[in-house]
Amino acid sequence: MGDEVNAVEMRDISISFPGVLALDGVDFTLRSGEIHSLLGENGAGKSTLIKALTGVYPVDAGTISVAGQRRSFSGTADAQDAGIATVYQEINLCANLSVGENVMLGNEVRGPFGIDWRATRARASEFLRELGLDIDPRSPLSSHSLAVQQLVAISRAVAIDCRVLVLDEPTSSLDRGEVVQLFSVMRRLRDRGVAILFVTHFLDQIDEISDRLTVLRNGKLVGEFQVGELDRAQLISRMLGRELAELDVIGRSSERTIDRSGAPVIRALALGKHGQIEPVDLDVYDGEVVGLAGLLGSGRTELARLLYGADHADRGSIQVRGVPTRLSSPRHSVEHRIAFSSEDRRGEGIIGDLTVAENMVLGVQAKRGWLRRVSRAQRDEIVTGYLKQLGIRPADPNALIRNLSGGNQQKVLLARWLATAPQLLILDEPTRGIDVGAKAEIQRLIADLAEQGLGVVFISAELDEVLRVSQRIVVMRDRRKIAELQNNESVDVDDVVALIAKESAA
Amino acid sequence: MRRVLKNRLLWPIGALVALIIVNAISRPSFLSITVRDGELYGSFIDILRNSAPLMLVALGMTLVIATRGIDLSVGAQMAISGAVALTIIKGSPTPNSLSTIAVAVLAGVALTLLFGLWNGFLVSVLGIQPIIATLVLMLAGRGIALLITGGFITTINSTPYAFMSQGYALGFPFAFFVSLGAIVIVSLVVRRTALGVLTESVGINPTASRLAGVRARSITWSLYGLSGLLAGFAGILYSSNIMAADANNAGINIELDAILAVVLGGTSLMGGKFTIAGTVVGVFIIQTLTSTITFLGVPPAVTPVFKAAVVIIVCLSQSRRVRQWARQLWQRLRPRPGGSAPTPTGSTPASAASTQGAVA
Amino acid sequence: MSATTPAATTPISSLRKLIQRRVSWLPVGAAVLILILMFAAGQSYFGRFLTPRLLSSLLVDNAYLIVLAAGMTFVILTGGIDLSVGAVMAFTGMLAAKLLSTGVPTGVVIPVMIASGAVFGLIIGVLVNYFDVQPFIASLAGMFLARGLCFVVSLEAVQVKDTTVLGLQSVKLGTFEWYITPTGIIALLVVVVAAWVLGYTRFGRTVYAIGGNEQSARLMGLPVARTKVLVYVISGVCAGVAGLLFTAYTAAGYSLNGIGTELDTIASVVIGGTLLAGGSGYVIGSLIGVLVYGVIKVSITFLGADSSWTRITIGILLLVFVVVQRVLVARGSRR
Repeated sequence: MGDEVNAVEMRDISISFPGVLALDGVDFTLRSGEIHSLLGENGAGKSTLIKALTGVYPVDAGTISVAGQRRSFSGTADAQDAGIATVYQEINLCANLSVGENVMLGNEVRGPFGIDWRATRARASEFLRELGLDIDPRSPLSSHSLAVQQLVAISRAVAIDCRVLVLDEPTSSLDRGEVVQLFSVMRRLRDRGVAILFVTHFLDQIDEISDRLTVLRNGKLVGEFQVGELDRAQLISRMLGRELAELDVIGRSSERTIDRSGAPVIRALALGKHGQIEPVDLDVYDGEVVGLAGLLGSGRTELARLLYGADHADRGSIQVRGVPTRLSSPRHSVEHRIAFSSEDRRGEGIIGDLTVAENMVLGVQAKRGWLRRVSRAQRDEIVTGYLKQLGIRPADPNALIRNLSGGNQQKVLLARWLATAPQLLILDEPTRGIDVGAKAEIQRLIADLAEQGLGVVFISAELDEVLRVSQRIVVMRDRRKIAELQNNESVDVDDVVALIAKESAA
Repeated sequence: MRRVLKNRLLWPIGALVALIIVNAISRPSFLSITVRDGELYGSFIDILRNSAPLMLVALGMTLVIATRGIDLSVGAQMAISGAVALTIIKGSPTPNSLSTIAVAVLAGVALTLLFGLWNGFLVSVLGIQPIIATLVLMLAGRGIALLITGGFITTINSTPYAFMSQGYALGFPFAFFVSLGAIVIVSLVVRRTALGVLTESVGINPTASRLAGVRARSITWSLYGLSGLLAGFAGILYSSNIMAADANNAGINIELDAILAVVLGGTSLMGGKFTIAGTVVGVFIIQTLTSTITFLGVPPAVTPVFKAAVVIIVCLSQSRRVRQWARQLWQRLRPRPGGSAPTPTGSTPASAASTQGAVA
Repeated sequence: MSATTPAATTPISSLRKLIQRRVSWLPVGAAVLILILMFAAGQSYFGRFLTPRLLSSLLVDNAYLIVLAAGMTFVILTGGIDLSVGAVMAFTGMLAAKLLSTGVPTGVVIPVMIASGAVFGLIIGVLVNYFDVQPFIASLAGMFLARGLCFVVSLEAVQVKDTTVLGLQSVKLGTFEWYITPTGIIALLVVVVAAWVLGYTRFGRTVYAIGGNEQSARLMGLPVARTKVLVYVISGVCAGVAGLLFTAYTAAGYSLNGIGTELDTIASVVIGGTLLAGGSGYVIGSLIGVLVYGVIKVSITFLGADSSWTRITIGILLLVFVVVQRVLVARGSRR
């Protein structure tokens, strides 16, 4: 709204790392009292731009001005002094400290004998209340949900009287109710004149909350737009630089009929774990993709882990092809040809310092045990095959997997599992944090695999994805299975959402 | 990958060569090898022989460190195996018979294997931090050894037993063959089977490895057992050298020397990728260093100062900051047209790459 | 789901809240419990165990360890470790003894001692923070350096005859039953100051933050680098002070002093409830841990057993403590 000095002005910013030009002459403007979204595929440079603004990376070229003053940040403290506060995706607070301590860390109220804790806690409560949080400042941070922790992080930003608030993917792990709460807090801050930079890949949230948006692609600025100026397809094509016909090519997988006469690949009977999920029945047949739909905290990941034996069920049983089986560890599941791809790619998927080839062969090798080594010839065969089939880039078997993009890492992990010739593939959020192009590839791959007879359990937060690939959809909420439906032409996202909503009203 | 390996070994081998050169210059006799009764003698040979206990311990330590662990109890385990073996030999009516020796050695080594497995149990099953888990045995182990010897320093007179560390075979010290044998066996097992890459996998990301079906627990457990086994053999060699079981001094500080050798060789304490060749070079560096210092007439008690200097130099050379400085210095000395983009301070290519990986 | 906690004030929820707030004090409570149990066991087994003389001697005889443990607490809270403290303690003691024997006045010697401890700490801190050397290795190097330099100063023991220094240990204040020496007072003072710094200064809060999540602490704009170096300096200073106390205790500087003391220190800190991973723990806990160590040592003497049993017992106790900590942590984190 203001025609005065902009809160932040970044002109002609360039940053490069060895071998990569992360940002190339990018301009970016942020006004006070606005919510501004930053969009782009992964690798577009969003994260780098933010890190430049918050003092994590120095810029190689270009200028940054805050409230009209040219600034050069040599560290995060500098950026904070300039009034820029950031809340990152991984809540950067200290879980071992209390809520109040976290809010006031570094700015505690001091008395003649050191920190005056009563006064500090009182101020912390003030800041928390401003955001509508009425929690005990002495409670440990770890005793609160992720959503609350995020709001505590924002309270901290308010506590240091920030003029610019950067939110990096804050909604990735929140459920709908928590998102609504976050947005109301954001609006409150905006109305106080704070400039908010909001990074997300949820396109509907952008429509809902932002005033303006900036699109980056491949390190360059594509454009700055008012919300509503572009429709969804135009927006996506700006981000991708190409039309989005690919996703529709997959078609509706629901058309395929599944033979459910024999024993299912896996049958879970009243499978549950105290404190994690209530007893669930689940069948998966050969060639069938069963999608697990639900919000965060509904228990989908927990169910997947129980199916795989990554966690131990204390209730119910599992049958593999009709034979009662105890899956007490991933080892057992692997022997029964069940594969599981975790949602935490970095923490539970890739072996970062090993090469693409070593990562790919790991599943097969683990199955054979340490004595029988996979021969070089076998390894090369597997690796070259999957590099090609899955379109992994760069197609270098000796590249370290941690240097690949998220989408390619996911493909390598898929290859790892496919190489073990599983009969059931459990995929937890395989397309999270991946650019649209790779998303399409992976969805198509899943559809193809199922067509060839593989049983698949597919978890995704994006309901349209679930609808696109599954033959059957299991809906979960609050750690319970609440519905199961056949997927066909008439079922769409709203139906599933309604199912979830209906239960909560009851 | 061969390029990476070559790069990693460059520094330790360079350090070893530099040490040897310094020695050769200050005492030309260092390089001389004399032959007597078909047996080789000389400073070099001494190094080969005296490094055997450390070599055994360091090999085990390398693998344990690769699993993100550490074994501080190896010195105490050396004391234990020596105590057991000598007590058996002393109590036997036939201290010179090969079967007595064999029983004694096997008993000593079997006990440390068990202790190693105990450590492995604490770490892999109970999930206790390796420093603490092995610290316990480090504290308690010498006491156990003292109990076995009844509080005394047991001495024996057994020629075959002494042979292990003092005898010769094929012209070379027998101890050297023990060393060599261990190196060969461990290397073969680690690289010919999948144990090496699975260990690295477990060390780099234990959770992901477990989810991929790797028997992470068994591997970690066994490697601690292996470390105990090797420490047991080292203890036998040590007691064979002094023909006594000295519970308080056997293997004192050897865990630190072993960790040093592993780190000098290029394996990171953070676990993951490891190098046996590097550890071998590291052991020789330490042994040569000890020999150098002794020759220089420095009281052995002062040796630690030199070890400290070596550690600091090697660690600095491996540190990112020093590498950056070196690179910038190199660039300044050889100006190139256009210049190259400086790496952002506070972050490095490695962290930038991983951040990029996280973003993508 | 909801950001507000209901304003319930039932006794159970208040109790739960109280426990939740103080959850990091639980390990310290456990240490106190163990201490009490040991006192009780000793009293019932030996008869005249819990005497004022014994309790006083617990503090006085272990004053050096208390100071070392206080300093080590800072380092471990940040997730690091300092293996050099025993050697630095020996070095500063040896340096002091040597200087005193050549006539340097006490008023100069004592600051020099403490400064030399600080220098060692500085070296280690810089290695850890600016050169990415792991604390284990860096402090190991520090240990080697200090131990070797100790022998460089003198190969044999050096007697201390300086009355001030000796007086620190020999002057007994109080009654015949309950007594304390200046060394004991110094130790308690160090504990009080350390506890105050950790609990009531921004520096102390930064120490806890680093131990909780160093990356976050950095992103929050806290002076992480400076703090990480300072904790090692503090540990070094404490080693210097401990050197003074130990030299007063043994009336000599000796290069073989303090071998294994770093392990005793670490054991005391861990038994006292500080988590090795960092982020949780209190100096008071470390004091309790040292007292536990002291009781074990005294009990072994009472039993007439070989002193090497002290180490074994500490080892076993450490193990039990760690296993229990582990079980509790595992249960707590199972969400």
